[in-house]
Amino acid sequence: MFTALGKYILLLRLSFKKPEKFSVYWNEVMREMVSIGVGSLGIICIISVFIGAVATIQVAFQLASPLVPKSIAGSISRDSTILEFSPTISALVLAGRVGSSIASEIGTMRVTEQIDALEIMGVNAPGFLIAPKIIAGISMIPLLVIISVILGLSGGYIACLVTGSIAPVEYITGLQDGFDPIIVTVCAVKSVVYGFLITSICAYNGFYTEGGALEVGQSATQGVVYSCVMVLFADLMVSSLLL
Amino acid sequence: MIEIKDIFKTFGENEVLKGISAQFKPGKNNLIIGGSGSGKTTLLKCIVGLHEPTKGTVSFDGQEFTSMNFTERVPIRKEIGMLFQNSALFDSMTVEENIMFGLNLFTDQSRSEKLDRANFCLDRVNLKDRNKLYPSELSGGMKKRVGIARAIAMQPKYLFVDEPNSGLDPKTSILIDELIKELTEEYNITTVVVTHDMNSVMGIGDHILFLHQGQKWWEGTNKEIAHTDNKELNDFVFASKFMQAAKEKL
Repeated sequence: MFTALGKYILLLRLSFKKPEKFSVYWNEVMREMVSIGVGSLGIICIISVFIGAVATIQVAFQLASPLVPKSIAGSISRDSTILEFSPTISALVLAGRVGSSIASEIGTMRVTEQIDALEIMGVNAPGFLIAPKIIAGISMIPLLVIISVILGLSGGYIACLVTGSIAPVEYITGLQDGFDPIIVTVCAVKSVVYGFLITSICAYNGFYTEGGALEVGQSATQGVVYSCVMVLFADLMVSSLLL
Repeated sequence: MIEIKDIFKTFGENEVLKGISAQFKPGKNNLIIGGSGSGKTTLLKCIVGLHEPTKGTVSFDGQEFTSMNFTERVPIRKEIGMLFQNSALFDSMTVEENIMFGLNLFTDQSRSEKLDRANFCLDRVNLKDRNKLYPSELSGGMKKRVGIARAIAMQPKYLFVDEPNSGLDPKTSILIDELIKELTEEYNITTVVVTHDMNSVMGIGDHILFLHQGQKWWEGTNKEIAHTDNKELNDFVFASKFMQAAKEKL
C-alpha cells in the first residue's frame, strides 16, 4: 500500500512539472473540461432532480406530525442536498462516468505504446496526460455540483407540486429558514476534493496499466472502486473538520 | 553514431540481455534480429531509454545517454524518431495532428509552416490527402506509414523501428522496408530496425546484429549472412523451405 502511495505521489509531482509549451497544454485542459463538464451534464441533471424530489417526499413523510411545522421538510431537504446528496452522490456517479473513462483512456494509451511514443518524443507524459484532467476535474466537478444543487432543490419543489406532500409555499419557506452559509463552503470544499481524487486516482490506475485489454478493464474498475472509497473517506474527513 | 557498450538488462531473476555491445552508423539500416524472447525489443527499449539498462552505456554521437536524467535527455529525444510495432498513433488526433504533435510542442513554427511540413511528410510516405482521417479509419499499412511520417516530422538524426512488417501483407511489407531504406539514405539517418522478417534482412540489412538467448551471437551484413557457418543464425534465417531454396541459389 505504501509503495502504491509513493508511486501516486511521485506521479502527481511529475504531472505538475513545468509544461513544454503552455498553449498545447491549455488546449488539452479545454478539451478535458468539455469532456468532463459537458459530457457529464445529462446524467447529473437526471440524478439531481430525482434525488431532490425523493428526499423531499421522504422527509415530508417522516415528519408528518402536527407538532412539527411542515416547512421543516424544505430546510432538511436543502441541507441534505447541499451537504451530502449533490456533492457526494454526484461524485460517486462521476467516479463511474469520468473516472472509468480516464482510467481506460490512459490505460489503453499505455498498452498501445502511445505513452511510450510521448516519452520518446521528450514529452513529460504524466504532465501532458494527467495534469489537464486533474485541472479540468477540480474546476468542472464543482460547477456540476452547483448545477446539481439547483436542480436538486428544484426537484424537491416539483415533488411538492406533483405529490402535494407539503405545500410548495411551505417548501420555499423551509428553504429560506435558518440558512447557514457554512454548508455552501463545505459543499464547495467537498466538490473540489472529490474532483481531485476521482481524476488523479483513476489517472494513476490507468497510467500503470500493464498487459492488454483485460488489464485496461481491470484498471478502470480498480480506479472507480478506489476513487469511490476515497470520496466517502474524504466526505467523512471534510464533514468532521468543517462542521 | 549510436554506440552501446556491455548492455545488461534483468527483470527480476530473468536476465534478458547479457552484455551486448555494438555500433550503429549513420546512413545505414542497422537490423537487430533474433527469435522470440531473444531480447531484441528489450535492447531497442534500452537504447531509446524506455527501459534503463541494469548495466552498460548507450551513447548518441558521443553523448552518454544512460546517465542523463529526463530533462537532460530531451534535446537528444528531439532528434529521435520511432515507429512502434502497432504504430502507436494518438487515437484522439487526426493524421495531420499526429504528425504535427512534436512540431507543436517543440518548435515555434507558424501553423502554415507546420502544415506544410505535415503535408511534405505525408507526401513522402505516399499518403497525400489523408490529413483529416483518424487512426481508426486507416489500414495497418497506412498506420505504419503515418507512424513513419510522424517519426520523420522533426527531421530526426536517429530512427528506431520496432517490427515494421508485423501484421502486413508481403507487398506492403516490402513498401515499408523500401521507404525506411530510402529515408535512411536520403537524410543520412542512423536507423535501427528490430525485425524477424527475412525479406527485410535480405533487402535492407546493411548491418545486422543477431541476438540469441540475450547475447550478440553474430554481426555482419546481408551479403555475409548467406555464407555464414553460424548454426543458430542459419537455423533462424533459413528455417523456411523458401529461404533454404533461396540460399541454394545464392
